[in-house]
Amino acid sequence: MPSDQPRDEDLVIQAQAGDEAAFTELVHRHEHRVYTLALRMLRNPADAEDALQETFISALNGLPNFRREATFATWLYRIAYNATLMRLRKPLPGASLDEVIENDESAMPRELTDWSHDPAAALLNQETREAMDAAVATLPETLRSIFLLRDVDGLSTEEAAAVLNISIEAAKVRLHRARLALRDKLSNYFGAPRVIEKEVP
Amino acid sequence: MDHLTETCREIKDKLSAYLDGELESALCAEIEQHLRGCDDCRVMVDTLNKTITLYRNYGQETVPPDVHERLTRVLNLQQLKTQGKPAE
Repeated sequence: MPSDQPRDEDLVIQAQAGDEAAFTELVHRHEHRVYTLALRMLRNPADAEDALQETFISALNGLPNFRREATFATWLYRIAYNATLMRLRKPLPGASLDEVIENDESAMPRELTDWSHDPAAALLNQETREAMDAAVATLPETLRSIFLLRDVDGLSTEEAAAVLNISIEAAKVRLHRARLALRDKLSNYFGAPRVIEKEVP
Repeated sequence: MDHLTETCREIKDKLSAYLDGELESALCAEIEQHLRGCDDCRVMVDTLNKTITLYRNYGQETVPPDVHERLTRVLNLQQLKTQGKPAE
């Protein structure tokens, strides 16, 4: 970040002292990442907007008690994550995967499919984006949240673990499972005819 | 038909850490040696890497202008409420 930009920590101190412009700047800095998390967790723009508003209202109300033990971003994403969780309580398609993936330590793909082309070239393709969104949506919440925070929002594993209130080791395990599950899903989309049958123990 | 070996399984469990650069160099060398001789694991690491790259490059959503406007409005109202001022 350029040196002429105040750090989040400085803005928080100013906002806690009643500087509304400082809080507005914090909103500007973080609203897109919060919205991205909410939209990809919830897959519904209206629900994502509700979660976005609730997150920043809670942050505004909670700011006087924020003791800066965590970074502002970690604290804010924890609020955002809880706001999305509240809206995720209704069962989602694929939710039953949760137990399977959480409990099966040696879950192996039934197929190992090579990808026929470099998917990066297709990234701007709307159909590809929809396939990627759909793949994320099939993940159980515990895997979806760590994946979105770590690989989409770009938090470090440590930060994502702090947001989710889980150990770093648990975060790594979940992240790996999420990535493997997404790899399998996307293989249906990008996969070449070459399929190697795998034996599941 | 290929079958997963115990080594394949062990390596598969470590692939995220390998791709994230979290493993010690000796372990990386061990994995790379295995990859040189195992097509299945090479496909796995390549497609897993592509999966991660795809989503990292996917980018963030931008808050639509109308959503941003409504957010600003509710926060202004909330600030007024907190300060005990009547909303305009």
